[in-house]
Amino acid sequence: MKMSEFILLVAGMAVVTYVPRWLPLALLAGRQLPRWLTEWLELIPAAILGALLAPTLFATSEPRQLDFFRPELLAAIPTFLVAMKTRSLAGTVVAGMAAFWLAGTV
Amino acid sequence: MNVMDNQKQSGVVADGLRAAWPICFGYFPIGLAFGVLAGNAGLGPWEILLLAALVFAGGSQFIAVAMITAGVSALPIIVTTFMVNLRHLLMSSALSVHLRGARGRFLAAYAYGVTDESFAVNMARFREGGWDRWRALVVNQAANLVWIVCCVAGTWAGRFVPPKAFGIDYALTAMFICLLVFQLRSRLMIVTAVLSGLFSILFYVVLPGSVYVVAASLVAATVGFALRRRRDRRRRVSDENV
Repeated sequence: MKMSEFILLVAGMAVVTYVPRWLPLALLAGRQLPRWLTEWLELIPAAILGALLAPTLFATSEPRQLDFFRPELLAAIPTFLVAMKTRSLAGTVVAGMAAFWLAGTV
Repeated sequence: MNVMDNQKQSGVVADGLRAAWPICFGYFPIGLAFGVLAGNAGLGPWEILLLAALVFAGGSQFIAVAMITAGVSALPIIVTTFMVNLRHLLMSSALSVHLRGARGRFLAAYAYGVTDESFAVNMARFREGGWDRWRALVVNQAANLVWIVCCVAGTWAGRFVPPKAFGIDYALTAMFICLLVFQLRSRLMIVTAVLSGLFSILFYVVLPGSVYVVAASLVAATVGFALRRRRDRRRRVSDENV
């Protein structure tokens, strides 16, 4: 890839990355939202986290297939329990790393 | 500016950094890995700096490097990036509830740092209370800076870090698990998250690309919303019957 094309590529990527992040803030932050919309938006964080996590835990990436015997899933069980018990982000991250490290050596 | 203001500001920065550290920790191996891959694809440190600083989106940066390596031209890479980043429309919409009244310039700076990670951390903090948009902005920018540094450092240092050392590859997954636990405050939230996970796996296996996150989140949040409406209606009806 030539330098001029690379600059064009980065500029284009920057625009299509920034606009979806900025547009809802610019449109929505200044106004009172209708109740149905805030009620729907309240569910978005739980939905996004579920959607981000599930394939990591339950599927392989290449090819994309269901897989229930992954170290990612095995390590998720103690990680989840530590999160429930301690409600500490730092503690959970450290526990998760340790669990994944152990799961990889089994 | 008097001493009070100074103390208040250092409190904001310290709070933001304390909240941001799990993200920074998780970015470390991913950023380094990106630097190595991009270096192998023929990108120099300056090009990697440009890419990480202007795009700042882990997933699309990896996809871009893979496509550059495959000899794909700029336009398809840009279109793919757009698709991958559509989920941020949802995240910024949810964040906007907590940024009411902020000025245009603040929102423009804030938008730069909206990622899966900063979104999840800041939403949990806003929910707990005692959190404001300036602390949230510190989280965004700190994570941002660490990401850029790690990406560039990866071109030199990445090859010395053994893969899978200390389970560090799992840091972000563990963080997301914990943040999900924080979100599960009602039965409706649990149902929504489980549904979203199921749809996400289904779409992940069936559909190409990365539409699975957006598609699953939209469907699950809408089903959750419908369930809530139905529950509220039933409650109203049973109240009237009493």
